[in-house]
Amino acid sequence: MSEALLAPPDEAALAAAIAAAHAAGEPLAIEGNGSKRELLRPVQAARSLTTRGLSGITLYRPQELIVSALAGTPLPEIEAALAEKGQHLIAEPPMLAGLFGAGREPTIGGLVATNLSGPRRIMGGAMRDHVMGIRAVTGTGEVFRSGGRVLKNVTGLDLCKLLTGAHGTLGVITEVTLKVLPAPASSGSLALRVADLATGVRALSAGLGSPYGVSGAALLPSGGVAGLAGPLALLRIEEFAESVAYRLGRLREALAGFGEAALLGEDASLAAWQAVREAEPLGAAPEEAVWRVSVKPSTGPGVVAASGLDKALLDWGGGLVWLAGPARPEQHARVVAATEAAGGTFTLFRAPEPLRAAVAVLPEEPPALAAIGRRVKAVLDPKGILNPGRMRAGF
Amino acid sequence: MISLPDPKPAVLARRAEIVAALRALVPTGPLGEGVISEELRLKPYETDGLSAYRQPPLAVVLPETTEQVAAVLRYCHANGIRVIPRGAGTSLSGGALPLADAVVIGLMRMNRILEVDYEDRLAVVEAGVTNLGITNHVAADGFFYAPDPSSQLACMIGGNVNMNSGGAHCLKYGVTANNLLGLKLVTIEGEIIEVGGRHLDAAGYDWLGLLTGSEGQLAIVTEVTVRILRAAEGQRAMLAAFKGTEIAGAAVDAIIASGIIPVALEFMDKPCIHACEAFAHAGYPLEAEAMLIIEVEGSTEEQDMLLGKLKEICGRFDPISLKVAQTAEESMAIWKGRKGAFGAVGRISPDYLCMDGTIPTGELPHVLKRIGEMSAEYGLQVANVFHAGDGNLHPLIMFDANDPESFHKAEAFGADILKLCVEVGGCLTGEHGVGVEKRDLMGVQFSPSELALQRAIKGAFDPDWLLNPAKVFPLEDNPALQRAA
Ligand SMILES: Cc1cc2nc3c(=O)[nH]c(=O)nc-3n(C[C@H](O)[C@H](O)[C@H](O)COP(=O)(O)OP(=O)(O)OC[C@H]3O[C@@H](n4cnc5c(N)ncnc54)[C@H](O)[C@@H]3O)c2cc1C
Repeated sequence: MSEALLAPPDEAALAAAIAAAHAAGEPLAIEGNGSKRELLRPVQAARSLTTRGLSGITLYRPQELIVSALAGTPLPEIEAALAEKGQHLIAEPPMLAGLFGAGREPTIGGLVATNLSGPRRIMGGAMRDHVMGIRAVTGTGEVFRSGGRVLKNVTGLDLCKLLTGAHGTLGVITEVTLKVLPAPASSGSLALRVADLATGVRALSAGLGSPYGVSGAALLPSGGVAGLAGPLALLRIEEFAESVAYRLGRLREALAGFGEAALLGEDASLAAWQAVREAEPLGAAPEEAVWRVSVKPSTGPGVVAASGLDKALLDWGGGLVWLAGPARPEQHARVVAATEAAGGTFTLFRAPEPLRAAVAVLPEEPPALAAIGRRVKAVLDPKGILNPGRMRAGF
Repeated sequence: MISLPDPKPAVLARRAEIVAALRALVPTGPLGEGVISEELRLKPYETDGLSAYRQPPLAVVLPETTEQVAAVLRYCHANGIRVIPRGAGTSLSGGALPLADAVVIGLMRMNRILEVDYEDRLAVVEAGVTNLGITNHVAADGFFYAPDPSSQLACMIGGNVNMNSGGAHCLKYGVTANNLLGLKLVTIEGEIIEVGGRHLDAAGYDWLGLLTGSEGQLAIVTEVTVRILRAAEGQRAMLAAFKGTEIAGAAVDAIIASGIIPVALEFMDKPCIHACEAFAHAGYPLEAEAMLIIEVEGSTEEQDMLLGKLKEICGRFDPISLKVAQTAEESMAIWKGRKGAFGAVGRISPDYLCMDGTIPTGELPHVLKRIGEMSAEYGLQVANVFHAGDGNLHPLIMFDANDPESFHKAEAFGADILKLCVEVGGCLTGEHGVGVEKRDLMGVQFSPSELALQRAIKGAFDPDWLLNPAKVFPLEDNPALQRAA
């Protein structure tokens, strides 16, 4: 299938390839390293275009808290460069090799296109919050920029946000500029053995509503970190060492009523959060479907119950609900109904192809918004050649 | 001088009929008349925070509900009438400046706080609630709404959303875009839509992100769901003054390199220090070339620890003075001058233009030097105050509004500063928006095709260019506005 894969070496060649596809009206599946090829719906395209030829960090100014990289740069390469200067990606984006298979390293362009964020999202913001600038190519092959390389910028419409999370359907990202921050000097966690999920979310809410700057708040229904049984509420502090000790102590006092408490030192805490980041405690089996549901935190436990599934993992204070279970339309419908009842949104995150192709993997938009969406799509990709069908059937 | 499109003669000619129709849609209610049309009462709406530009609108409508906003937009859309959304009118870029043939939709009567949910840390408020109004509402329970523009007493959340406003504490807490969950909005066709919700990261396109900072170009926002945060245990400020702007810039770099991200890191140059000191008597060192105000948060012990580290870092840069507040009162004294900076400059010169470019922080010494040279060339004084951690500059250019020559010079000087910001890798506006003020400079930052693309996206929301037209995008090469005019 190698002739079916376009791997342009630079932005100009990538733009030319898209311009040619536009002229021919030929759809393209857009990917980085293809680590999330199985995310959302299958794309209806005979050929793929990869950004992997566009790789490397193009600008890194630690004092300015800014890093720019070509879209095909693998995430580990960026993380390593940042770590050398004691910095990190704020949103803690996951690799999710456990869900999608190892061996294909996520690219930074792919992470931005999918807007995937990890546990620190609850405090530090999502990937989309840290995209300061973007270069991209439209579905007609035109290169454009939005944003820039500074931390504060409101000049013109924010197309960075529009492309972040658009899954390659509005343009092919060729370079991103991200805000970064100093990595915390130290970290640690408080683990609380709670009676049930609702109590767990109340504990997380109490922690997030405390003045101690909780930077991770997850709920593991069957425990499993540091040898602790569940349901387990996990709250993280990332600070200077003195503050970690002080704040965990105060949190422990404040949350004493929610259940038996244990403190996790730095190593145990890092390991626990690495697992949460990668959704490992979900324990999804390879043949199972995985849903990622975003709701108001207090409704998280209700969504788990209404889904009828017993494999769950809650992050972001209870607002991010991971669910795993049978890859069947009836089960999907049940997750959708549970999400809608809670007023949130769902993503059928991973599933065998027949299910992904058969159901809506994202919520429908109200008609007036969908109409705007079609017009915006027509501006950026008039012939609909970029990742057709990826997010919605026939779109 | 910035040009505005010609009014549509057909709309001007139908003024009485339009006003009557609007009155039927937004009748007099408990808060008063729903439509304002008398010349004298239109005066307060003829300008905003960029008061050099004035233009009374055709009429002002003050709806009290989303449904009324929808009805007015439906009518305006059907009749080809331009619309200017308006919050408190504090925009410094002329974002809320009316047009002669436009109806201003003022959101100030939509000022109810609809819901506060501490467990989920959110508040649902109408667009006309003031920024500080949100924090005041939740402060007694220890919470706050993070973005804090200096205008927070007056400016409204709908305006903040549309300008993506920042504040002194956005280094730690982010700008408006980072603190929103959902919006209720009305399209120009009068459709009521909700984007986002009460959850983080809605699936699908990030409409919330695109609408934030869209300067009233895409829709009218009527309700906003914001994140509210629990306040830290306490905060305290310190002041560090240096012999040169380069030295202060190096100190800023060293602070960031240390891994400390203060909640605020504000920079003032000598003219600004002098203006503020004369105004506030805050005890600023007058011999300093540059001064930093640094604020940290946490328990008293944590503040001591962080301030100790910061003092040590600043101490390496041969400071003229280092003053660490010991009490909340001393912190307030340190902030007093900075918070009054605009007022202080206003005392020296009744008229000033507040610029808002952002630069890569490494370019600071070069940029300040060039601004100093330009100040001499133009013969106009300038005071610089800015958010040092993120490179967002606020040069205040002083001029005399009674002298048109002086105003033109100030505008040209401002444009040169913004061009310089772009030249060194920065941008035209960090938080005040493009509005009319920077509209004609957009070509400095964006290529014609990039501008065409942004215009087309506006067109996807507002095909007839009725929503706040003549802002943000240069008028030339704009087929929509030429056709309309
Ligand atoms: C003294 C002073 C200090 C300031 N300090 C800061 C600061 O620190 N940081 C900062 O970022 N800004 C600052 N500003 C600028 C200004 O306060 C902000 O831009 C603010 O967000 C404007 O809010 P407003 O309610 O006054 O909006 P307006 O000025 O009324 O409108 C602003 C723009 O938004 C549009 N708009 C308003 N409401 C809506 C709505 N509901 N739906 C759709 N469009 C709408 C308008 O058409 C206009 O384009 C300052 C201004 C002043 C005068």
